[in-house]
Amino acid sequence: MHSSLIDYTIHLADSTHILSQRNSEWCGHGPILEQDIAITNISLDLLGQSRNFYQYAASLMNNDTNEDQLAYMRSEREYKNLLLTEQPNTDWAHTVLRQYFFSQFQFLLFEQLQNHNDPQLAAIAAKSLKETTYHLRWSGEWVIRLGDGSEESHQRMIVAMDALWAYTGEMFIATPYELISGIDFKALNENWLAKLQLLLAEARIPIPENTYFQTGGKTGTHTEHLGFMLTELQYMQRTYPNCEW
Amino acid sequence: MLVQDMEQIFQDKIDREIKIEPKDWMPEAYRKTNLRQISQHAHSEVVGMLPEGNWISRAPSLKRKAILLAKIQDEGGHGLYLYSAAETLGFSRDEMINDLLSGKAKYSSIFNYPSLSWADMGAVGWLVDGAAILNQVMLCRTSYGPYARAMVRICKEESFHQRQGFDALLVLSRGSKEQKAMCQDAINRWWWPSLMMFGPKDSESTNSDQSMKWKIKRKTNDELRQQFVDMIAEQIKTLGMVLPDPALKWNEARKHYDFGAINWEEFWNVVKGNGPCNKQRLAARNKAHDEGDWVREAAKQYAEKKRNRAKEQAA
Ligand SMILES: [Fe+2]
Ligand SMILES: [Fe+2]
Repeated sequence: MHSSLIDYTIHLADSTHILSQRNSEWCGHGPILEQDIAITNISLDLLGQSRNFYQYAASLMNNDTNEDQLAYMRSEREYKNLLLTEQPNTDWAHTVLRQYFFSQFQFLLFEQLQNHNDPQLAAIAAKSLKETTYHLRWSGEWVIRLGDGSEESHQRMIVAMDALWAYTGEMFIATPYELISGIDFKALNENWLAKLQLLLAEARIPIPENTYFQTGGKTGTHTEHLGFMLTELQYMQRTYPNCEW
Repeated sequence: MLVQDMEQIFQDKIDREIKIEPKDWMPEAYRKTNLRQISQHAHSEVVGMLPEGNWISRAPSLKRKAILLAKIQDEGGHGLYLYSAAETLGFSRDEMINDLLSGKAKYSSIFNYPSLSWADMGAVGWLVDGAAILNQVMLCRTSYGPYARAMVRICKEESFHQRQGFDALLVLSRGSKEQKAMCQDAINRWWWPSLMMFGPKDSESTNSDQSMKWKIKRKTNDELRQQFVDMIAEQIKTLGMVLPDPALKWNEARKHYDFGAINWEEFWNVVKGNGPCNKQRLAARNKAHDEGDWVREAAKQYAEKKRNRAKEQAA
């Protein structure tokens, strides 16, 4: 029970952390200044959420670990983030679609999690829900705008959908450590799909027929991208261990 | 009314500390000077996001990463206010950005230096934002209303940036041998370029007199530079580091610090495009702009579609 709670909390921390890291690559390079600021803001929110989860996980482990130890000193086989969150930015279409998939999932998850019997998880979920609501609206609007925008943006959304769809299923396939979470994954999946279908109809994007999903991120088997991300992310802590920053 | 009379009324307002507003009559040279200065300032905020952005993915702790991201986001926000302020002078943001991307418009040369270590994030906050603040505090009282008001908002955030930069260096200065060396190295590299941020010496500054008379500027380049040296020479004592200037010395008679000669040849070369990162900075801005082209176009087409649908429904 205890170790599952730790794993689950670390999984929530890793997913938000890695997606934050991906989104932050846009900072200073966005398609227009207002959107550069918006995606950086989302990156910051996700980073804040991940810190809350890491800090909670560290307190559950009650040795002298801390948020930075957890974020910077674990290898890729120990990282438990969703594969979706580590997929490269590629272009604005991939970025906003990835964000929408994740935010819609997170929104529904946090709705359940805010009533969780673990008061700390419940509190973090309740606190994060407001931010997530904004991320969901922002990314949903962009999916529609690009899907129903120009011929080129429509094509790019189709390509993004094709690239990312296979990574969505993992969100709803519970790992052993998630079984204790009390989350109703079936309901989560159905509600997520229902919301998605409404949005994609407006965005004029078909849902791919492929229902074979990639899994493994939540148990530490990642795509080839994560290793490079962690190499960069962990560079300072690995080069200068045991320092304060 | 004669132009001379208009100019008389204009100068009279300035002398009585009444702000000039976008719809007021103003000499063409006043409009142009402000437009050039405000748009350059906006470009500096945006290009300034690049050297610091260089360390986001490698920030050494989650807390530092959050501080850095928030800081760079603030700079983007400053760019937005300033573009809006500049637009009141009758030039669109798109036109300004085109001038930046083509290399026609300038931005602060300091951002043409590379950020090579984590300590640079502290040094930039402390020295670069520190130098910017002195200029911007003065500009809170500049004569053009929209510029002055933008500066008031921006100054609050800038002083926060400077404190955070100093704080990051303070941690390094009390850290390991490597951290201390990193800290000193960053100060060594950023010190002289920071002094150059105030621009050429008063004796060589071309439009300084007119800008002072119109109260666009209220202090000369050399006055601001001296103020900066005096401030930093004191603050560095807390860090236990040294400024890379053997001539730096308190002058009891002047009640100011004396300091060594600035390498103006380097300054003019960086202005002309020969700095270590001029090409990379401009290339990065152009790349972001070009790759964002289809996104902006899609947003435009979607907005049009939406308008047309609303019209059809109304009909
Ligand atoms: Fe700024
Ligand atoms: Fe700043």
